[in-house]
Amino acid sequence: MYEILKAEKLAEKIYLMDVHAPRVARHCQPGQFVIVKMDDKGERIPLTICDYDREAGTITIVFQEVGASTVKMGALKQGDGFRDFVGPLGCASEFVAEDLETLKNKKMVFVAGGVGAAPVYPQVKWLHEHGIEADVILGAKTKDMVILEKELEAVAGNLYVTTDDGSYGRSGMVTKVLEDLVTQEGKDYDVCVAIGPMIMMKFVCLLTKKLELPTIVSMNPIMVDGTGMCGACRLQVGDEIKFACVDGPEFDGHLVDFDQAMKRSQMYKTMEGRAMLKLQEGDTHHGGCGNCGGDN
Amino acid sequence: MANVLNKVPVREQEAKVRATNFEEVCLGYNQEEAMEEANRCLGCKNAKCVEGCPVAIDIPGFIKEVKEGNVEEAYKVIGKSSALPAICGRVCPQESQCEGKCIRGIKGEPVSIGKLERFVADYALEHDIKPEGAKETNGHKVAVIGSGPSGLTCAGDLAKMGYEVTVFEALHELGGVLVYGIPEFRLPKQKVVAKEIEKVKELGVKFETNVVIGKSTTIDQLIEEEGFEAVFIGSGAGLPMFMGIPGENANGVFSANEYLTRSNLMKAFDDSYDTPIAAGKKVAVVGGGNVAMDAARTALRLGAEVHIVYRRSEAELPARVEEVHHAKEEGVIFDILTNPKEILVDENGNVKGMKVVKMELGEPDASGRRRPVEIAGSEYEIEVDTVIMSLGTSPNPLISSTTKGLDTNRWKCIVADEASGKTSKEGVYAGGDAVTGAATVILAMGAGKAGASGIDEYLRNK
Repeated sequence: MYEILKAEKLAEKIYLMDVHAPRVARHCQPGQFVIVKMDDKGERIPLTICDYDREAGTITIVFQEVGASTVKMGALKQGDGFRDFVGPLGCASEFVAEDLETLKNKKMVFVAGGVGAAPVYPQVKWLHEHGIEADVILGAKTKDMVILEKELEAVAGNLYVTTDDGSYGRSGMVTKVLEDLVTQEGKDYDVCVAIGPMIMMKFVCLLTKKLELPTIVSMNPIMVDGTGMCGACRLQVGDEIKFACVDGPEFDGHLVDFDQAMKRSQMYKTMEGRAMLKLQEGDTHHGGCGNCGGDN
Repeated sequence: MANVLNKVPVREQEAKVRATNFEEVCLGYNQEEAMEEANRCLGCKNAKCVEGCPVAIDIPGFIKEVKEGNVEEAYKVIGKSSALPAICGRVCPQESQCEGKCIRGIKGEPVSIGKLERFVADYALEHDIKPEGAKETNGHKVAVIGSGPSGLTCAGDLAKMGYEVTVFEALHELGGVLVYGIPEFRLPKQKVVAKEIEKVKELGVKFETNVVIGKSTTIDQLIEEEGFEAVFIGSGAGLPMFMGIPGENANGVFSANEYLTRSNLMKAFDDSYDTPIAAGKKVAVVGGGNVAMDAARTALRLGAEVHIVYRRSEAELPARVEEVHHAKEEGVIFDILTNPKEILVDENGNVKGMKVVKMELGEPDASGRRRPVEIAGSEYEIEVDTVIMSLGTSPNPLISSTTKGLDTNRWKCIVADEASGKTSKEGVYAGGDAVTGAATVILAMGAGKAGASGIDEYLRNK
């Protein structure tokens, strides 16, 4: 078992946990992810790494309740554990292997939407520790959903917080902030890293194509094994098929076919809905939503 | 007394019944049947069957014990050569190995060696007969990567020689392809695989799951930091291949690996497990190997109408004869000499059909098989909601790309000597699908055995 040393609710439906997993903590790099499995019958769930402590042997994960499995996970407390916790998986962010001097001359902007703040944090922190200050646009639907603001503030160059409803920080989508920064506030970036919901990454990429700003995105498609075996996570990137788990999860956002990726991520939506009903209704569950065979 | 020219028939679940459940198809011999079948063995002095066995089990030796009713002794004879007899008795292609060479087979049917092996092994599992391990350890540490057939065999053999062996497994369950690939109805997981792995544990082998070598740690670190003196790589096959035709990324197109992993490893066929599987109502499985048969028979059990779509003729099907036979009995439909051209997709991105073309056999190609050629103008559409691509795999790059000095060939398979498993890197040995590309369980076991003897020789001379 991989013990949970800390469990915290960051916002409605968003949780942060520190998990003891020394092998992962020792080797992980920004950009990589883990797969967790709660118990014997649970799913393998890919999650981004939000932070790591090599000495303590811990990994910080942040996740949002989206289906039955993540709702069950949200109920875990300090002292509980995961049956399985494997990683680090996927490739590290490209800049980790880049020449530091070249990197220092690059002006980077990170766009973090919703729980996308979690995988952005270790990247900005890594850069900060290597003497590079990157700007960060942190977006959320509303004030209560803004996460990791203090943490990002400590490691970012400039932090621009925005909410869709204008309840906190700037007002509007992250794309509006990015466009304003570049076209009206005199910012000149060399590279953009956008991580968040697929629809957000799609629109950031449409904008940055127009702005001719190279953009890296981190994809989170459906996965099963996460080690390059099943091919569930395949994506169309330019004219190639790539496996997010071994080739990614980060790709050139201007080459990713987001529409296809979004359709693929809907694959199990009906089944997820049924699983959620089953969880909510417990023993009174009848199979529901068209699955109902009658009284049993 | 049955005709001595024929095998004692083995009991099976009736085709109609088993097509709706995941229980094992073949029920195996009981002791009476096994002894009767064993009596058909001529006990050849210069036994051809042993030559046909990749791990050289003393076949006449164990069958002689079965004849006399000494099943425990028979198990010990097999145990000298194989650590996984209950598995091999079920999934080896005996017809082209031991049984293919049996003298009985010239005039009639060969001795049913596979079913006898299975009987002996199951008896040992039921009666909890322990394998014979080493008296004491020799203090040398060896790491084995992967707990599939080659890794388990290598680990078992090394432990018997006295080595301290740790097996690292990337997934959350032990067994590799035995648990994620081969379905329950051919190879029961709890009753057979888990118990047989338990026997390897009883030899003193340690196991660590959730360790992806190349990511969680590297081979160099295992050697330099964790004190392992030699490493055996049995990491198996890797990335699934697709055809490269339009529509392949639609919802409802799966690799056989994904479909089988969801059903076998994640137990999606069982409602009490959380992982979903989109079973499909009308399924096309593209390919003709054992994996294609496994995927087809799984889809059938999940309630679908299933078609195997294969571009050559039935004679070229690479799957075992028994698997093809079972699939047909259960109701899988074979569309042979047929090749997919395009997967048809609806406006929501879901599969709605497949455009295929009829093929005919032309001149023999490099593989010696007659090359299938398209018949011009013979395209037609079939209505399916699910397509499972079973076209083989290409090696996983995780280990080769993170290990200094480990050579791969042009197919990205690890280069290793067949007799010893020796690679280009000192102290590192390899075998199984990671070396050969997708092959069989028993060939991987043979490679695991070779790797164990190679490592033993290396460490004794070091």
